[in-house]
Amino acid sequence: MSPVLVSILGSAIKIAIAVGFSLNLGGLLTWLERRQMAMMQDRIGPHRADIKLGGKKFTFAGLLHPAADAVKFFFKEDFVPPNADKLLHSLAPMLALFPPLVLMGVVPMFDTVCPESLRNNLWHEIPRFGTCAMASTAKQLGPISGQVVDINVGILYVFALAGMGIVGATIAGWSSDNKFSLLGGLRAASQLVSYEVAMGISIVGAMMVYGSLRLDEMARWQGENTWGIWVQPLGFILFLTAAIAETKRTPFDLPEGESEIVAGYLVEYSGFKFAMFYTGEYIEIVISSALVTALYLGGYNIPFLHRDGITLSLGDDILWHKGLPHLVVILLQLGTFLGKVTVLCWAQIFIRWTLPRFRYDQLMKLGWRMLLPACLVNVFLTGIALLAFDRSSPATHDTFQVIGDALNWVVLAGMVFFPLWLVWGMFTPSSFISRRNELRGRRSAAAAAAVATEEASAH
Amino acid sequence: MPQPLVGKIQYDRVKGTPVARPRRTALEQAYVVEVVKGLGVTMRHFFKNTKSMFRGERPDAVKDPLSEGITTLAYPEQKKVYPPRFRGVHRLTLRNDGSPRCVACLCCSTACPAQCIYIEAGEYPDGDNRRGYERYPVKFVIDELRCIFCGYCVEACPCDAIRMDTGRHAVPYDSREQFIYGKAMLMSLESADGKQLAENPRHEPPDPTHPGIDRLKGAH
Ligand code: SF4
Ligand code: SF4
Repeated sequence: MSPVLVSILGSAIKIAIAVGFSLNLGGLLTWLERRQMAMMQDRIGPHRADIKLGGKKFTFAGLLHPAADAVKFFFKEDFVPPNADKLLHSLAPMLALFPPLVLMGVVPMFDTVCPESLRNNLWHEIPRFGTCAMASTAKQLGPISGQVVDINVGILYVFALAGMGIVGATIAGWSSDNKFSLLGGLRAASQLVSYEVAMGISIVGAMMVYGSLRLDEMARWQGENTWGIWVQPLGFILFLTAAIAETKRTPFDLPEGESEIVAGYLVEYSGFKFAMFYTGEYIEIVISSALVTALYLGGYNIPFLHRDGITLSLGDDILWHKGLPHLVVILLQLGTFLGKVTVLCWAQIFIRWTLPRFRYDQLMKLGWRMLLPACLVNVFLTGIALLAFDRSSPATHDTFQVIGDALNWVVLAGMVFFPLWLVWGMFTPSSFISRRNELRGRRSAAAAAAVATEEASAH
Repeated sequence: MPQPLVGKIQYDRVKGTPVARPRRTALEQAYVVEVVKGLGVTMRHFFKNTKSMFRGERPDAVKDPLSEGITTLAYPEQKKVYPPRFRGVHRLTLRNDGSPRCVACLCCSTACPAQCIYIEAGEYPDGDNRRGYERYPVKFVIDELRCIFCGYCVEACPCDAIRMDTGRHAVPYDSREQFIYGKAMLMSLESADGKQLAENPRHEPPDPTHPGIDRLKGAH
């Protein structure tokens, strides 16, 4: 195959993964959210939409509800208020849906692929360090990066496009010719502007640590050292908060409010235009999860899985090494990334259905008076720490490397044992667990009784 | 002697126990810890309920509606058990021979506060030995939309001819006409345990207190 064809094919596959994943997960999230909040609130959730196959009804645990919703949205009346600005009213949903769809483009989903090394042998292993050779002759295949677009400004592109979400909401509010819409649009605009500031500054610390604006560099740094959440814990919390505020969901869902401004800027939208806003909102969740993953949760990295395979280590000591083919590593990384994003979406839904919403003044106060100063403090502290680190002795560096690896071990243990624990918990019968708890209770009661008799005899 | 209130408000007349203002510690004020605690609560519910759904170990929503866990009632398939005195849709009780027990005395329609019972009384035809002794309803109509399910009609009836023990709700229909239950409809309904006769068998022919079919030709 010619190099041009390969690079086009590579890009097409990457776009298909990025867009397909965010769109489909966005749709699935509507189902996940409804079922999950039902479980949290001791209810069942939607599970009735069914399809008849060979005389039998299948509900697929309610998965057909999103499909039914989509069909409903298609056939609903597309209502435009008589005095609304027709053009802007139609433009707004597109402006709201566009940024989340293209944001996934800069998030690295796997490490750089070296197609040249795979040309002759699909099970080829590549060295851990050093990028693949650039195409020197016209015949050679260049490296394919893990992002759809490989741009230097990386994270700045994210902010530039995320800022466009405001435009969609504001135009929707203004063009609907409805005072509730206008108020909702204004609220959305001021909320997004406020939190954009905090969001931008919250990752400055991370950029300083990683020494790059490129998301793929950031992910690689985390793979070589340790996850960003350990070096930037405050930054992680601040960024997550700001990201949730950017998605306009509880506890920051002020642009909507049934008792105050009805559905905010969505009041005059119905049918497919509404569906576009709605989908955009869910894709935003996916995107913010992807960003948090890439910035703080190691991106596509599993601890100790490097480009050349698994290398278990602690500091400079290599405990165990097993080479893995390049292709397997890439697929593992892709799976890890998508899995992490999905889990984070799940966690975001938890946050949404746990916390009560803020009042508008509390929202503004939180944004400007708490998050922003905290972000600045984070930048300041990170700067001091980095300076101190740069001037410290090589022995300190080694210590930090050991600490980093120890944290990697913690993460790895968590990634292995948490799913196992979940599976164990799901499959063990409740009677077994209650019996065990009962035994434990009896044992501790016996111990307490023994202590009591000992004390009594001592006196 | 009460003092004049002019120019001086006497606050001390109002006495009450001071209520301590809720105080928040710095940790609570920081919000993050409390958020994590709250997430813990919801997660516990989530995992417990997911597991019980997954293993099919949900508590019985009908028998044990107040237990822990998911007790959602799948309505049309499962139904709540109503108390025995639940007032459902009316039915007209029957005699052993299948005719209505109602004697068209209009007590129920008089008692009805919603005025939703319409009865047209008629005499039994010539030759029927009940003619001249008791009447029967030619039309017996209840507008179940106007009915407030107070049960006064049941209380008023001297013959146990109308009862509300069907255990049925007023079913949601699409049009108003369907809510107007006629005599045939009311007579076709059964009680919750499947009876069409009255609960009170007095004044039915095999009963010793039965006064006879009519005054002239009765057995007594
Ligand atoms: S239940 Fe009450 S309102 Fe309904 S028909 Fe009987 S008396 Fe009238
Ligand atoms: S149902 Fe009872 S109260 Fe009503 S008319 Fe008939 S006998 Fe009288």
